[in-house]
Amino acid sequence: MSQLEIRSVSHWFGGLQALKDVTFDTHDEILGLIGPNGAGKTTLFNVISGFIVPTSGEVRFNGKAIHRLRADQTVRLGLARTFQIVKPFASLTVEENVLVGLGMPYYPTSAALYQRYRTRSNLDQVEQILAKVHLTDYRSAQAAKLPIGLLRRLEIARALATHPKLLLLDEPAAGLVAQEAEELAALVRDLYAQGLHIILIEHNMRFAMNLCHRIVVLAQGEIIAQGNPTEIQNNEKVINAYLGQE
Amino acid sequence: MASGYFLTILTFTAMYISLALSLNILTGYAGQVSLGHAAFLGIGAYTSAVLTLRYEVPFWLAFLAAIVLTGLIGTILGLPSLRVRHDFLVLATMGINFVVVSVFKYVDFFGGAMGLVNIPAPSLFGITFRGGVPYLLLTTAYALFTLWICWYLSKTWSGLAFQTIRNDEEAAASLGVNPARYKIYAFGISAALAGGVGSLYAHFLGSVFPDNFVFVESIGMLSMVIFGGIGTLRGPIVGAILLRLIPELLRFIQDYRFTFYGALLVLMMLFQPMGLLGNDSWLWQHLTRWFRSSARSAKEDVR
Repeated sequence: MSQLEIRSVSHWFGGLQALKDVTFDTHDEILGLIGPNGAGKTTLFNVISGFIVPTSGEVRFNGKAIHRLRADQTVRLGLARTFQIVKPFASLTVEENVLVGLGMPYYPTSAALYQRYRTRSNLDQVEQILAKVHLTDYRSAQAAKLPIGLLRRLEIARALATHPKLLLLDEPAAGLVAQEAEELAALVRDLYAQGLHIILIEHNMRFAMNLCHRIVVLAQGEIIAQGNPTEIQNNEKVINAYLGQE
Repeated sequence: MASGYFLTILTFTAMYISLALSLNILTGYAGQVSLGHAAFLGIGAYTSAVLTLRYEVPFWLAFLAAIVLTGLIGTILGLPSLRVRHDFLVLATMGINFVVVSVFKYVDFFGGAMGLVNIPAPSLFGITFRGGVPYLLLTTAYALFTLWICWYLSKTWSGLAFQTIRNDEEAAASLGVNPARYKIYAFGISAALAGGVGSLYAHFLGSVFPDNFVFVESIGMLSMVIFGGIGTLRGPIVGAILLRLIPELLRFIQDYRFTFYGALLVLMMLFQPMGLLGNDSWLWQHLTRWFRSSARSAKEDVR
């Protein structure tokens, strides 16, 4: 069974159609979602993660319809995300940012009102997650003071703390220098090797082509091609719509 | 007697510490700026006054009822926060304050503009808390209770969730926090604690009038939180103490209290937006640096 099924999803913002009848499935893979600016990639992420209810169509995750769920509900099913423009909890430390993700099971319950979050076992988990994304040295730093490269890692760490099955990364390499992008690609591969499925939106073509097993190309809200990186690189429609512009 | 006057000032200061701390849960922790907190003080005061005067309910029950009822009403009045944000929320909370005061003023049941008088003093085990040291102890105990609630809350998952919605609601939602639920929690808890102060306030003065709970009172409470250091535990306490005591000590500004508050707010916003003792404030940074260096030199002396 496909992990994520997107069926005929369309979305309108007033008179503008951002997504047109988008249909695809994801499996055990790192899937790239590419396309020129305004292609609808982030809108699609917002639909999948519960920030937007699509005008029509259906999204299923492990067989369960999720397109009417809120973001705080989809994450509970094992679907975590990061943001194109990073959204750290700026006033909190790196450690506290990750703890927020660990609290996911508690927030809808009354236990959240009396149970303390700074326990030994939670702090141990934070340590493991920070080690995974190489942020251990910044544990006590205030998020507001971190550079963009570290904030992107922090967003991934925070998402990992919710113990996801599928991770949506919105332009994880944006703003990173080549070496940072390489390290990030290695991290994504690691996470995949540990059993996590990943969809990533990317503008950095080399990054996406090297990393992804399969790529879906969106242009003006429609899927114009899907296949492995080699097929995509040789697809004429893609070259015209996107790669040709580079 | 001078000491009686001084005790009254301290009693009010203790009540305003509780008010500033309770507002800090909503505005400091959860980031929902409110200019309507005096409404919750009023709801608590009127609840307790009506119950003890009209229905002869014992003070302690009326006090608990004021907390519970104000918390419930605060939860309902917090619903607009789900639809509006930032400056629009500030306007909505101002509107709530006006509506609540109008209800006190124009509904006969609440005594109208003449208010409610002869509210009995609380008594417990034969001790009557009629002003003086006993009432100061009562209000101080409540301030400590409020402080404990704020401190404990800041250590819980809810406290963390409040901070996430203040920082970024979308990021909070992406990690499982339902911003709507936590805004309502913040309104409910903040209002309930203010309702408790309202009850103490009504029984201390022995009378309540709609004008005690007008919008400018809300400005005063917000000033205390911002002046002291928003989002911290120490800030609202220091803010309440200074802003209650300075006008009393400098009598000549008493008549211009709100001018003083207003000017202070403008200055703080311009030069120290984190407040006097906020985490990034000039004074707090210097104080912590000084504490650290004196601790270090003390250690070296021991060696």
